[in-house]
Amino acid sequence: MASVPFEYGLLLAGVLFSLGLIGVIVRRNLLFILLCVEVMLNAAGLGFVVAGSRWSQADGQVMFIFLLSMAAAEVAVGLALLLLHFGRRKTLDADAMKMGANVTSAADYRGIGDRGGT
Amino acid sequence: MLSWTWCIPALPLAGFLVLAIFGGRFSKGATAAVGAGSVGLSFAAAAAASALFMISPPAGGSFTFVLWQWITAGWFSPSLSFTLDALSVVMILVVTGVGCLIHLYSTRFMADEEGYSRFFAYMNLFVGSMLILVMASNLLLLYLGWEGVGLCSFLLIGFWYKDPENGRSARKAFIVTRIGDVSLAIGLFLIATTLGTLDIREIVQKATSSWQTGSTLAVAVAALLLGGAVGKSAQLPLQTWLPDAMAGPSPVSALIHAATMVTAGVYLIARTNALFTLAPAVQLAVGIIGAAGVLVAGLSALTQRNIKRVLAYSTMSQLGYMFLALGIGAWSGAIFHLVTHAFFKSLLFLGAGVVILAMNHEHDIFAMGGMARKSPFTFWMFLIAALTLAAIPPTTAGFSSKDLILAQAWQSGGVGRVFWALGLAGVLVTSVYIFRLVFIVFAGTPRTAAPVGAHSSGHAAGRDGMQAGPVMGIPLAILAALCLAGGFLSLPHDLGGSPYLLNFLNTALPAGTMPETPQRTEWTLQLVSEAASLLGIPVAWLVYRRSRTAGAGHPVAARSNVLARFLQGGWGFDWLYDRLFVQPFVWLAKINARDVMDRISDGVGGLFMLLSRAFRWTQNGRVRWYAAGLAAGAALIVAAVVLL
Amino acid sequence: MNAVFALSGIVAVAATVMMITRRSAVHALLYLVVSLLASAVIMFVLGATFVAALEVIVYAGAIMVLFVFVIMLIGPESIPGPGRAWVGPSILSVVLLAELGWVLAQGSLTGQPAAEVGPKQVGMSLFGPYILGAEIAAFLLLAGLVGAFHLGRRRH
Repeated sequence: MASVPFEYGLLLAGVLFSLGLIGVIVRRNLLFILLCVEVMLNAAGLGFVVAGSRWSQADGQVMFIFLLSMAAAEVAVGLALLLLHFGRRKTLDADAMKMGANVTSAADYRGIGDRGGT
Repeated sequence: MLSWTWCIPALPLAGFLVLAIFGGRFSKGATAAVGAGSVGLSFAAAAAASALFMISPPAGGSFTFVLWQWITAGWFSPSLSFTLDALSVVMILVVTGVGCLIHLYSTRFMADEEGYSRFFAYMNLFVGSMLILVMASNLLLLYLGWEGVGLCSFLLIGFWYKDPENGRSARKAFIVTRIGDVSLAIGLFLIATTLGTLDIREIVQKATSSWQTGSTLAVAVAALLLGGAVGKSAQLPLQTWLPDAMAGPSPVSALIHAATMVTAGVYLIARTNALFTLAPAVQLAVGIIGAAGVLVAGLSALTQRNIKRVLAYSTMSQLGYMFLALGIGAWSGAIFHLVTHAFFKSLLFLGAGVVILAMNHEHDIFAMGGMARKSPFTFWMFLIAALTLAAIPPTTAGFSSKDLILAQAWQSGGVGRVFWALGLAGVLVTSVYIFRLVFIVFAGTPRTAAPVGAHSSGHAAGRDGMQAGPVMGIPLAILAALCLAGGFLSLPHDLGGSPYLLNFLNTALPAGTMPETPQRTEWTLQLVSEAASLLGIPVAWLVYRRSRTAGAGHPVAARSNVLARFLQGGWGFDWLYDRLFVQPFVWLAKINARDVMDRISDGVGGLFMLLSRAFRWTQNGRVRWYAAGLAAGAALIVAAVVLL
Repeated sequence: MNAVFALSGIVAVAATVMMITRRSAVHALLYLVVSLLASAVIMFVLGATFVAALEVIVYAGAIMVLFVFVIMLIGPESIPGPGRAWVGPSILSVVLLAELGWVLAQGSLTGQPAAEVGPKQVGMSLFGPYILGAEIAAFLLLAGLVGAFHLGRRRH
C-alpha cells in the first residue's frame, strides 16, 4: 500500500487528460483522434480509481468498470463507422469532412445593408 | 326649436360616407343622386332653418345648441356646439345654395370622367366641413372645419392625379395654406391660454373686458388670426397658390376657390371682429392687405392667357375688396360682397367650364373665339356675370355690394380715402380684364375646337364640342338670376332700396360707426365708380382689337414685354418664394439625401451583419475545431467555478 | 512505494507525449499500450488490484487490439503528423491543468489511500448497490455489439 498523496494522483490524471485533449485537437487523422479520446477516457478512469482508493471504497473501481465497458462499446461502434467512412471517402482526414459547414461565402452577402440614400 | 339644424352639416357628411364606402358600386345616376341630393337636402334644411330664424328670431339674435362635450381636460372643455345667428344663417344659405347648384352642374360636367363617385364624395365632404366651419360656436370646431376644407381643396385640386402637375398644384395649395393654418393654430393656443376658452361668445366677452385696445396680446392674437385668414383667402403674401389651384375641375374652382373656401378667411375675421377692433393696427393691416391685393391681382389678371387663371386672379382681387371692407370696419358690407361674389364668380367659373368643355379642354383664351355664336346661352350667362363683376349699374348685385364698400371707405375718412382711391382704380382694372376676357373668348368668328385628346392631360377626353345641356344650364340660369336680383338685398338708399341684408347682418355684426352718407356725396361717389366701370368696356375693346391685329397669342400689348411677364407671373411672388424658401430647402434636402437617420439604422443592421460574419467563421465544419471549442468552454466554466 | 508511483507516472506521461506526436499509427498505438500499462501499475500501487488487472486485460488487451485490426484493414499508410496549430490546444490544456492544480493547491483534497480494495469488495459493490448500473452496462455492450455488426455488414 503506497502512501501516495491524493493530489499527485489527481494531478497525474489531469496531465494525462490534457495530453489527450491536445491530441484530439491537434491531430488530423480520425484514427488518431479516436486514440486520443481513449487516452482521455483512461485518464478519467485513473482519476476515479485514485479517488476511490483514497476513501478505501469500491465505488471508484466500479466507476472504472462502467467506464471501461462504455469505452469498449464506443470503440466498437466508432471504429465500424470509421471503416465505413474510409470505404466511402478513401481518406481519414478530419478536415476533409465538413458537415454542416458554412458553404456560402461572404461575397453572397455583399450589398445587403448598403441601401442608404436611395 | 332650431336644434334639429345639426342635420345641415350632417347631411353632406353622410353623403360623403355613403359615397366613400359604396361609391364604387353605385351607378352614375345613383352617385349623382346621393352626391347632389345630400347637398340639396341640406339646402332645404338651411332654407327652412333660415325662414324659421327670420320669422321668429331667438332671443339675443343667436341660437346655440350643444351636441355633446368634445374634450374635457381640466379647464379646457370645448363642446361640439353650433350657433345660428344672422351671420351663420347667411353663410349656410350661400354655401348650401350655391353648393347645391354647383353639384347639380357637376353631375353633367363630370359625367365622362372616371372617379365620378370619388369627386362627389370629396365635394360632399367639403360642403360638410364648410358648414361645420360657419356654424361652429367655438374656434376649435371652426378649426376642424378649416382643416377639413383645406384637405378637400387638396384632394379636389389634384383630382386628376395622373398628371403630376396637378399633384404639384395641390401640394402647393396645401403647403401655402398650411402656413396660414399654423398661424391660426398658434393664435388659438394664445387665446385658449390667456382667456381660458375657445367659445366665440365668451372670447368676445372676456377679451373686450380684460384686454386693452392695442395691447401686445390683442395685436398678437389678431395678427395670428389674420395670418390664417390670409392663407385661406389667398391674400398677400400667401396668395401664390390660388392661380395654380385652377388645375382642378371647373366646379371645384367654382365652389371652393370662388364661393366658399376662400371666403372662410373673411368669415373668420368677421366672426372675431371684436378681437380686431381691439387691435386697430392689425385691422388697418387687413385693409392694407386687401387694397393691395385688389390691385396686384387685378393687374395680373390683365395679362393672363388661361381663362381660369384670369378668374383666379379676379377672385383674389374681389377678396381684396372684402378685406378692405373688413379693414375699415364695414363688417356687414364685406359679407354682402361675399354673398354677391359667390353668385357671380361661381357663374363665371361654371360658364368657363362650359366653354372649356366645348373646346375640348382647351384653356388658352387665344385659342378660343366667337363662342357667342357657338353657344349663345353660355354667352349671355357669362355676360351677366361679367357685368356683375364689373359692377355695372344699375341692378346687378356686384354694383350694390362694391358700391357699398367704396362708399363706406370714403366715409371712414383718412386712410379710408386712400382705400377708396385704390378701390376705384380696382373697379376700372376689373372692368378691363373681365371684358377683355369676354371679348377674346366670345366675340369674333368661331374657331375650331382643338382635336379630341389634345388637352386630355390626365382626364378623359370629352365629346367633341359638348354643349351645355339643361342640367348644366339651369344652375347657370339660376345664378344669373341671382346676380341680377341680388342687388335688391341691399340697394343703396338713393336708388330707393333699403338695406335688408345689412340690417339683418347687423343683428350679429356690429354696425359701422360711420356717419350717415349725405345724399350728394353718395350720388357723386356712385357716379364716379359707375364711370370707372363703364370706362373699362371700351378700353377692353381696344385691348382686344390690338391683340387681334397683333396676331393670336400676343398678350396685352404692354410697353415692354418685361412688364407683361412680370404681371403675368403674379408680380414675381412665385419667383421670390422659389428663391427664398423652396431652393434652400431643396438644397438642404439634397445634402441629407443619404439621410443621416437612415444611415444610423442601416448601421445597426450592418453591425449585425458584421457580427454574423464573424460568428459564421466559427462554423467551419471541422471536428477538431469543435473539440477545441469544447475544451475552451470547459476551461472557462471550470475557471468560473474554481475562481468564483 | 512512492518511487514506483512516481516512475510509473513519468512513464505514462512520456508514453502519452510520444503517442500524440508519432507519424505512424502502429507506433502511436504501441506507445499508448505502454501508457496504459503504466496506468495499470499505478492502480496496482494504489491497492486497486482488480481494476489494474482489468485495465491490462480489457483496455490494453481488447480495445487496442481492435485498433490494430482497423489499422491493418486500412493499411499502414503514412498519416500526417500533428498539424502546425499545436500551440493553441496546448495552451488550452495547460490552462485546464492549471485550474486543476490550483484546486488541488487549495488543500481541500488531501488524504492518503488507507487500505487495499480487493476484487471481492468490488464485486460485492458492483452486484449490490450498483447492480442497475451493471445491467445497463450490459445493455450498452449489447448495443455496441449489434451496432458494430450492423455497420460492418456488407450490403449487396
